[in-house]
Amino acid sequence: MFATDLALATPLLILAGAALFLLVAGAYMARPDRLVGLGAMAALAASAVAAVIGPQGQAFSGALSADAASVFAQVVICLGSMVVIPLSQAWFERRGIRNFEFPVLVLLAALGMGMMAGAGDLLSLYIGIELQSLALYVMAALQRDDAKASEAGLKYFVLGALSSGLLLYGASLVYGFSGAIRFDAIAAAVQGEAGTGVLFGLVFMICGLAFKVSAAPFHMWTPDVYEGAPTPVVAFFAGAPKLAAMLLFARVLAEAFPLAADQWRQVLILIALASVAVGALAGLAQTNLKRLWAYSSIANVGYAVLGLAAGTAAGVQAMLVFMALYTVSVIGFFACLAALSRNGRPLETLDDMAGLFQQRPWLGLALTVFALSGLGLPPFAGFWGKYYVFMAAVNAGDPILLWSAVAALLGSVIAAFYYLRLVKVMWFDPPPGETDRPPVEAGAIAVGAAVFTFPVVLGLMPLIDRYAAAAAAALGLG
Amino acid sequence: MTGILSLITFAPAIGAALILALRAGRPASPQGDDLARWIAFGTSLVTLGLSVLLTLRFDNANPGFQFVEDIPWFAGLHYRMGVDGISVLFVLLTAFLTPICIAASWKSVENRVTSYMVAFLLLEALVIGVFCALDLVLFYVFFEFGLAPMFLIIGIWGGKRRVYAAFKFFLYTLLGSVLMLAAVLAMIGASGTSSIPDLMAFRFEPWMQTWLWLAFFASFAVKMPMWPVHTWLPDAHVEAPTAGSVILAGILLKMGGYGFLRFSLPMFPDASQAFAPLVFALSAIAIVYTSLVAFRQTDIKKLIAYSSVAHMGFVTMGIFSFDVVGVQGAIFQMLSHGIISGALFLCVGVVYDRMHTREIAFYGGLVKRMPVYAAIFLLFTMGNVGLPGTSGFVGEIMTLTGVYFSSTWTALAATTGVILSAVYALTLYRRVIFGEMTNPALADITDVNLREILIFAPLVVATLWLGFQPGLVFNITASSVDGLLDAFRTAVGK
Repeated sequence: MFATDLALATPLLILAGAALFLLVAGAYMARPDRLVGLGAMAALAASAVAAVIGPQGQAFSGALSADAASVFAQVVICLGSMVVIPLSQAWFERRGIRNFEFPVLVLLAALGMGMMAGAGDLLSLYIGIELQSLALYVMAALQRDDAKASEAGLKYFVLGALSSGLLLYGASLVYGFSGAIRFDAIAAAVQGEAGTGVLFGLVFMICGLAFKVSAAPFHMWTPDVYEGAPTPVVAFFAGAPKLAAMLLFARVLAEAFPLAADQWRQVLILIALASVAVGALAGLAQTNLKRLWAYSSIANVGYAVLGLAAGTAAGVQAMLVFMALYTVSVIGFFACLAALSRNGRPLETLDDMAGLFQQRPWLGLALTVFALSGLGLPPFAGFWGKYYVFMAAVNAGDPILLWSAVAALLGSVIAAFYYLRLVKVMWFDPPPGETDRPPVEAGAIAVGAAVFTFPVVLGLMPLIDRYAAAAAAALGLG
Repeated sequence: MTGILSLITFAPAIGAALILALRAGRPASPQGDDLARWIAFGTSLVTLGLSVLLTLRFDNANPGFQFVEDIPWFAGLHYRMGVDGISVLFVLLTAFLTPICIAASWKSVENRVTSYMVAFLLLEALVIGVFCALDLVLFYVFFEFGLAPMFLIIGIWGGKRRVYAAFKFFLYTLLGSVLMLAAVLAMIGASGTSSIPDLMAFRFEPWMQTWLWLAFFASFAVKMPMWPVHTWLPDAHVEAPTAGSVILAGILLKMGGYGFLRFSLPMFPDASQAFAPLVFALSAIAIVYTSLVAFRQTDIKKLIAYSSVAHMGFVTMGIFSFDVVGVQGAIFQMLSHGIISGALFLCVGVVYDRMHTREIAFYGGLVKRMPVYAAIFLLFTMGNVGLPGTSGFVGEIMTLTGVYFSSTWTALAATTGVILSAVYALTLYRRVIFGEMTNPALADITDVNLREILIFAPLVVATLWLGFQPGLVFNITASSVDGLLDAFRTAVGK
């Protein structure tokens, strides 16, 4: 029995074991950073492979589930974490910071995300979230002598702790009123519409989760943290952790409250529309690209939540496709920012990007692809994510959801303005001066992600569609 | 012949990729620019050759889709291409105008030639894709993606207010398109298919048709453009480089009319009939109002842009007459306008390249220095007015005849538009070409050179040929239009 549990948890055990081993091993090495980085990447690759070929089922009496959904998420998480390691190591090295703890933190964060993706009860939910968040707080503040980075880390920590509090409070209410911590047991205890007590708890949990995915009105931390944290770290925590948190979100709603869909749908629609509106409107006023992309991520999470609000398997599939594609392009975008500098000063504002296409055509083209993908222009990856989300929302059979989808589409037209402004600056304006030679890893990751966003995604969509559909089916919504 | 449509669609894209591969990241040089120009020109000629072959092999008697390619993609979507009598000529028109545009930009576009050629070829590929796509989502992909290269063409190589014009163009069109996207999703949800031929046979509930029709209308009306959502067009035209204007007026506007014929009529017949009075009213207003606005313009390009809106009024009116003559006339008018308005913008480009202004008041008496130019400009002005013998006449008389039976008042209002078009077009011609040459700056202006004559030659031939032998077009469109209208009449029960 225990052996089966361990077999099911292998992908996570690999990450945990590697993190512990590398931490100890690193302490005994003279120049540990490169080796530890490679080791961590190998562990992430092994974990992804283990997830794909490993057995599926419920482990530790339902606390952890290994199913198609957790495999889907684990693969994206591991790939997303893997590319960030060389990206950030090179970035930190150029700033004279050589530490081997960073890859270990990435492993711990990935472990937390893996737990979130496979959580089957309230305890593993909380442990997963905290493990992931604590690693991310440290990573945000890793540039210790930089005031902005420290501020970002502190803000992230304080507000993150607050949201964990909300989540815990909600979880305790749900447990108190249903008497169960396993999601399926909660569903069995609630039976149909949730009563006031459980509903109260559920709303608190939704608030806590909305905070973790940076959905409005719990988004306030995002722009500040994105701006202050080191760019490659932002590339990390803007992508995979949100996918994990969204999947956890879906698990809580679909597995613990499947029959209360009409109740949680209202909350989700509100969150989705607020996020799209905040992301679109506040983004218009931004001049710093990291802040701009923070608002863009708020809007994008709004779309993902809208897919979830459909309350159908198609909606969950839409959310997974959307978040997986979004993860790639957000990593690519921040890799572009990490690659670009002028006289050693990183390019972060809109004006810095003036004439970029003439100076760095490949990175300029990559940034254009990410901007147009964010805008939702077909045939870029961002469009296909939205296509799934809106397809699920329009066809869920709820008129409110249909009109919310139309409203969200109009929101994307408003947001189009700031994406276009980035394209405009890069293509239309004259360059103010030479840019520095971009570092190889960052450039390669940026261009690779751009090539994925268009045109590779067009060929991979059948595959992504199939696996996301299987993952959504595993969550058991109709 | 299967695969020829993909070949035609992606040949320009391959040319664009080739230019990008050879030239991206290298400093601009005259040799490199020439290389990009020749690759682009060669690619567009190959595309034209393939399109001519396509038209020759096209079976006129078959009302259905031909050269169909169908590859399953994902989530029920297909990569499905095909042409019928309505779309095949638009493919040909696009392939015909693109080499002309590239040749016209040979000397007038000097900076960032590589990017320009890439953008133009990409645009050509996407526009041809729009006319060939037989899957709703594939159509949407081509339709929307086309905004990106056009945004760059206006924004990089345009005039003084190019940034404003580019944003206005993009956001206006996007707003219309997202509503269409919502409708597309609802249609796929309701019918379970995204195949355009299947959707043509599918009957949506009447209430649903109303909403879907309105959503598609939002997109196509902006694209056409129809009054009152036409305001992006004059800005885009004035700021776009000459070739950009040609492609915009010549082809991009036609996507709206094509959309009405491909989607609104066959898929939402009840709603189309119900909304026909609205379309008639908007068309009549467009024809009269924009003609009057055109008359008051001081910028040559803006005048022609407003005249485009007026001429598109004839198209929408003809389509919604649901009459064989009207619909045939609308298709013909679109093709003819594509050639004539394209040529007129090239005419403006000729003097703009020399004097760098488009103010009407700046010019005058050009006939003395530029007799050949005056003759060419006269021919296309007459075509724009609708003089018998030019292709412009055929489209106008047929749409008017078609509409006369369904809505006499609209036909009457539109006829005054024909007179007004003569007023503004001839006034423009008089002020620019005739009169005394009072402006000393014009003293040593040169007539059109051989390159420019070669650019105009195919357009002159096409205008006159179609004017004298319009049957060439009708032979191809007849069976598809008949099929479309038969299905329409059965659907609405007339």
